[in-house]
Amino acid sequence: MEVNAEARRILAVSISKLYASRTQRGGLRLHRSLLLSMVMRSARDIYHSSRECEGPAGAQPASEEPMDTTPNPEEQPGLPEPEPQPALNSTEPAQEESDSSEEDSDTEITEDKENLSPARQSRKRRGKASAAPDFLPSKRARLEPGEERYAAPLGSWRLPGRVEPPPLSLPPSLPPQQRSAEQRAEKKPDAGRKV
Amino acid sequence: MDGARMWHVFAGGNDFQWCFSQVKGAIDEDVAEADIISTVEFNYSGELLATGDKGGRVVIFQHEQESKNRPHLRGEYNVYSTFQSHEPEFDYLKSLEIEEKINKIRWLPQQNAAHFLLSTNDKTIKLWKISERDKRAEGYNLKDEDGRLRDPFRITSLRVPVLMPMDLMVEASPRRIFANAHTYHINSISVNSDHETYLSADDLRINLWHLEITDRSFNIVDIKPANMEELTEVITAAECHPHQCNVFVYSSSKGTIRLCDMRAAALCDRHSKFFEEPEDPSSRSFFSEIISSISDVKFSHSGRYMMTRDYLSVKVWDLNMENRPVETYQVHEYLRSKLCSLYENDCIFDKFECCWNGSDSAIMTGSYNNFFRMFDRNTRRDITLEASRESSKPRATLKPRKVSTGGKRKKDEISVDSLDFNKKILHTAWHPKDNVIAVAATNNLYIFQDKIN
Repeated sequence: MEVNAEARRILAVSISKLYASRTQRGGLRLHRSLLLSMVMRSARDIYHSSRECEGPAGAQPASEEPMDTTPNPEEQPGLPEPEPQPALNSTEPAQEESDSSEEDSDTEITEDKENLSPARQSRKRRGKASAAPDFLPSKRARLEPGEERYAAPLGSWRLPGRVEPPPLSLPPSLPPQQRSAEQRAEKKPDAGRKV
Repeated sequence: MDGARMWHVFAGGNDFQWCFSQVKGAIDEDVAEADIISTVEFNYSGELLATGDKGGRVVIFQHEQESKNRPHLRGEYNVYSTFQSHEPEFDYLKSLEIEEKINKIRWLPQQNAAHFLLSTNDKTIKLWKISERDKRAEGYNLKDEDGRLRDPFRITSLRVPVLMPMDLMVEASPRRIFANAHTYHINSISVNSDHETYLSADDLRINLWHLEITDRSFNIVDIKPANMEELTEVITAAECHPHQCNVFVYSSSKGTIRLCDMRAAALCDRHSKFFEEPEDPSSRSFFSEIISSISDVKFSHSGRYMMTRDYLSVKVWDLNMENRPVETYQVHEYLRSKLCSLYENDCIFDKFECCWNGSDSAIMTGSYNNFFRMFDRNTRRDITLEASRESSKPRATLKPRKVSTGGKRKKDEISVDSLDFNKKILHTAWHPKDNVIAVAATNNLYIFQDKIN
């Protein structure tokens, strides 16, 4: 827990430093920014791995876990950052945590690298809710009156004709374990009942 | 080791102590940002000492010959020339300010009566000529003393101009301006031993210039990835070998050093030697990458060794051994437990430089609280000294300082928590021949020398 709090604090400090360096006289220092991003990365890794450790005991609804017999890559130890299950989010290939690999690799070597226009995909986060620590402001769609923010009670999954929500609509602040558990539960609505 | 003995026999076994010689700069408590010294450099003979500051100025001090009535004094350094090397600029294309701060000064070997130096800020390198004038031509035939042309009809006799003595004037004039070659911030310049070329390094590239040619340079190293999001490493310092004009090294933010041979290929993207020490996994922390980043690299005068400075240590590498340094000296190991606070107050990003003494037998580098450290390579002894106004009486011997590391604090020891992290010594220089050192402490330049017993 202590490591987790420490990692959170360092992440917060790093973010404010990165923001501050934008107004740095003489322009953003590449060396400093690179070092800052490395501290952020190691803090993020530690933050997530420490959450992973405490995850099964705390956040996960206990009733669902025993029923799950399918091998789940997310619960394997040693993964620094859980990824969304491929079946649920097929748009995103398995990849490193670094955002860089999201881009089309630009193999063309041009002399004038400064003026390269990198052919790249949108930089918007695509359903990588697990990558966002919970102290970051999360962007959520505005709620319609009467709409509920968090997952509906278990009973509602059994409502006839209910359309399964796409994974993107899951609240980003939920820890990955809980999120995937809910996703699994949505696929297998009986899971909760059999207990 | 007993402190007194340690500093008595320090520096190559010579029996001497360091004593105060001079301090330059204002005593004022509040320091103007522009007055903060950003680089210090002796010339090849040690006769001149140049400093650059954040205000873009260069101040050159000259060593005055010792006076006969004070034989114990070795002579002082006095201001020889002051000039504005760089001015603040604005890059309108990028909408960015360019600071005037002098990042580095490098002297050229002297070849005539004039002295030449290179100075650089983040973007532009300038070659300056510093020359003396103590005579003036008088008695021109065609113009009068004010320089006005004389009426030709009134010139009745031929006059030969004569050189008349005048007050010594030192002129600094910009001879070459090497601009527009660096997209990132220049961190190093280094004059090559061929005396004709020099290199300049920024975060991602190293360029090779001819001292006479300003409109072109050769890009010899480029580590910029095609996709900047794949960037994992930047160049932090670069230097030419002191004797082999085809060899240079550059250090990286990953704590590695690459040695390149310009004979191998015009582009030195592929190194000839790669110096790296395996990381100790037990000491990993959030800040491992930051503290392993190399802030300075310097060849020894002999060219056999090189020295690198990272945040907590200084290492000496044998150019013939790539897998680990031959010597490692801890500069302020007691800060390892304070890295988190040093990260928060930005001190962890400080770039400490390092220097060799004239015979390569000792090295020096800075620390916090206006402390600086010296390491004797032969005896492996070390010493902490302080640059302070308190001990700045003429000929006052410098007392060794000690920082208490855990346990009980002994008398005369300073606890880690009472160190002043705003007082830092980043730039030091060692006279190429004598035991005279220049230590930049914020806006003050301290000069210390040995006291021969």
